[in-house]
Amino acid sequence: MKARSGTWLLMLPGLMWLGLLMVVPCLLVFVLIFFERGIYGGIDWQAPTLENIARVFDPLYLSIFVDSGIIAGVSTLAALLIGYPAAYAIAKAPASRQTALLFLAILPFWTNYLIRTYAWIVLLNPAGLINSLLIELGLRSEPLTLLYTKSAVVLGLVYSYTPFVILAIYSALQRLDPSYAEASRDLGAGVVQTFLRITLPLTAPGVAAGAVFVFVLSIGNFVTPDLLGGGKFQMVGNLIYDQFLSARDWPFGAALSVLLIGLMLLLLFAQAVASLRARGEHARA
Amino acid sequence: MKFRTLLSIAAGAVMLAAGSTAALAEKLVISNWDGYMPKDMAEKFKAATGIDLEIAVHATNEEIMGKVTASGGEGYDVLFVSSPFAEALNNLGLLAPIDHSKIPNLANLYAEANELKHDPGNTFSVPYTWGTTGLCYRSDLVKTAPTSWNDLLTPSDDLKGKITMLSTDRWLMAAGFLADGLSVNTTDQADLDKVRDQLIAAKRNLLAYDDTTFYSKLVSGEALMVQAWDGWCNYGITDKPEIKYVIPKEGSDLWADTMVITKASKNPEAAAKFIDFVMNADNGKWVVENIMYKSPNKAGMEAVDKSMFEKYPNMAITPAELLKYEQLRDLGSGMKAFSKTVSEVMAAK
Amino acid sequence: MRALNGWLIAVYGFLYLPIAVLMVLSFNRSGMPTAWGGFSLEWYGKLASNPKIIGAAWNSLVVAVWATAISTVLGTLLALGVERARPSACREALLFAPMVIPDIVLAIALLSFFTLIKFTLGLQSIIMAHVVFNLAFVCAVVRARLKSYDWSLNEASRDLGATALATFFRITLPLIGPAVLAGALLAFTLSIDEFIIAYFTAGAGQSSTTLPMQIYAMIRFGVTPEINAMATLVMGVSFVMVLAAQRLNKGRLPGT
Repeated sequence: MKARSGTWLLMLPGLMWLGLLMVVPCLLVFVLIFFERGIYGGIDWQAPTLENIARVFDPLYLSIFVDSGIIAGVSTLAALLIGYPAAYAIAKAPASRQTALLFLAILPFWTNYLIRTYAWIVLLNPAGLINSLLIELGLRSEPLTLLYTKSAVVLGLVYSYTPFVILAIYSALQRLDPSYAEASRDLGAGVVQTFLRITLPLTAPGVAAGAVFVFVLSIGNFVTPDLLGGGKFQMVGNLIYDQFLSARDWPFGAALSVLLIGLMLLLLFAQAVASLRARGEHARA
Repeated sequence: MKFRTLLSIAAGAVMLAAGSTAALAEKLVISNWDGYMPKDMAEKFKAATGIDLEIAVHATNEEIMGKVTASGGEGYDVLFVSSPFAEALNNLGLLAPIDHSKIPNLANLYAEANELKHDPGNTFSVPYTWGTTGLCYRSDLVKTAPTSWNDLLTPSDDLKGKITMLSTDRWLMAAGFLADGLSVNTTDQADLDKVRDQLIAAKRNLLAYDDTTFYSKLVSGEALMVQAWDGWCNYGITDKPEIKYVIPKEGSDLWADTMVITKASKNPEAAAKFIDFVMNADNGKWVVENIMYKSPNKAGMEAVDKSMFEKYPNMAITPAELLKYEQLRDLGSGMKAFSKTVSEVMAAK
Repeated sequence: MRALNGWLIAVYGFLYLPIAVLMVLSFNRSGMPTAWGGFSLEWYGKLASNPKIIGAAWNSLVVAVWATAISTVLGTLLALGVERARPSACREALLFAPMVIPDIVLAIALLSFFTLIKFTLGLQSIIMAHVVFNLAFVCAVVRARLKSYDWSLNEASRDLGATALATFFRITLPLIGPAVLAGALLAFTLSIDEFIIAYFTAGAGQSSTTLPMQIYAMIRFGVTPEINAMATLVMGVSFVMVLAAQRLNKGRLPGT
């Protein structure tokens, strides 16, 4: 596929927007990495240093990265498992209903995040609805500790981001030619085999996009661990937020952010390379 | 005679018009916590001074600090921030000095309110509310009434899992510092490590870190004892009189929420008028009766119905007693070590 | 197939569970979520007389609509260009960065930048900021669709004499329509509830306060049922709009 000058024209406005309103402002912040925090929270421009970079690799902070990655990873997996079948169901629904079904999936998220989370707290707390129901039905005699646990954080993250997974996978599924699956079944493959070897690989870009959304949004999320986790589980989002706003140590916050961004980009590249290899594509000339 | 009357009327009309356009042009932008001032503050202020008031809201000190530090305070005239943050803003050169001659109602303050360590003489900040931090608990559900910070940090078995601590870093650590008889502003590494270990041990017995809903947890019985600011404990007491507040024997910290004028303000005169208006007796009284905080406004406190002090005993503490407690100060260069310790506590399993 | 539909219903149940809770609470006379005090519309009344919340909600809507419109257009064009251009690691990084940058960093970076160039802050600055991350999401969703797009259709169209523009509007857009819609929905959803970037890039004052900013600020005294009432109204209005669109359009997506 030849790249035409028209291609550059298409990309130009978007790239310019990102360049001017993301790259430049972020560079302004990232340059701070090389300076010391001023005594009162500003910047000490007289003291260039590499110390912030060194501090980032302290085991304390690296362990926070790892823990966040695990929570985000579990949330991503759960969201994919929940979201894929849902997206599939929507894509297979009568064409006239699909838009409405999509909207229905996303509508809850036009209410405010904080009140949804407070609603979960009402549901999950020891005297809350879920526990009351369990006790009423005689399934438990004591309330379950559902709130202020790691599971509550995962639940909150999965809840917040499953609709995005649905949207991403739906848009890849939507145009999937049903004749591929039909052919596969005709040739004797079972439902599961057809799914695993035909449908799933063909929708891989959508799955990858959805996975990226959830993982990336989860790892930077700081409100969910605060509210549903009772502040007991420090994730990278909390850490960076604290550095910028509580410790007012912008240089260090910037350093941590660069590490996070770097790791995420590496992950994305690894995933892109893997999917390229899997599909046997070569770089277009 | 007629001509001169006409002339003076015309002159008066012109001056009136000029005066009112000048007043129309005057606008103040303030940022405060939501519900922290009377709802009709803007109307009353406009009626009294003709100045338009636009009220922006912030949820936490840290947010408004971040915004003002990044923008230099552009667009804001008056901010409501807690004292250590006012101190930091001043050190960063972002505040305008308070001109006492423009704020006659400063005379309404208790003498002690002029001696706050973060700003003796109130040169860049004016206190709006003040209070202590202590233990708020269900007197009907706890076996023994708490008397020490250690009752929170190493709780008895019936309290385990039913305790919350404040999540704001300074107050979280203060509980440990006070329990050990240390300064709440220390950044000595040995002190930090000691308190870190105590707080990590305490974390295992915590229900949650909570800055905003701890009092409703007490009301519902989900928590039995929480670390709380005195005013917030009063919200709990309002709903459940069995809730009591106590300052542990090791002491508390004295905090103050203050008003500051930004250096970027284009209307420092109007800003001063606003602070003067807020400092009148009515507003001081409103604070006590509606947000159940103590006000450093003597005229306001004295106008409050005495029954408030019976219902909310922590309001009766005298300013002299308040000044016994140490104030939270900006930590300066010690902030890095402090913040690392806080991260260690928050990340501990 | 029935199992799949059952799953979908279960997922909707999961998504709407807290919504049901907050809707019920908006009718609760007692302010506390722990006790039911009887059915009451008083919170809706309080909401109607609370210009702050209504004003903030309107601001959020304005921001979200503009940010969605701009980012959907730019993002779709970007996706089209990127999928036809030679792959470039640099460009991929640029496209993913907005999703990956912690929002507090973007918030402070943009505020510092706007302050530096003395740009007037207000709803416009929030919109510009929101487009930054919305762009990336729209682009990603549309690209996922474009990976299975048959470019030879475009070639055929050009060969038959259609201009590039005609090809786009009559061939490409209808085919990728659902993906563009999905991207737009995503962008709108991200924008309408976004707090940190909005807070930092908003102008000082009430006129550029968005709903999340207002609600977060009200947290100090707990989430009042007025806010639940607001949320219920939003849900109600959105439901009605979706149903109406369904009826009018017979729900047909372009190209189906």
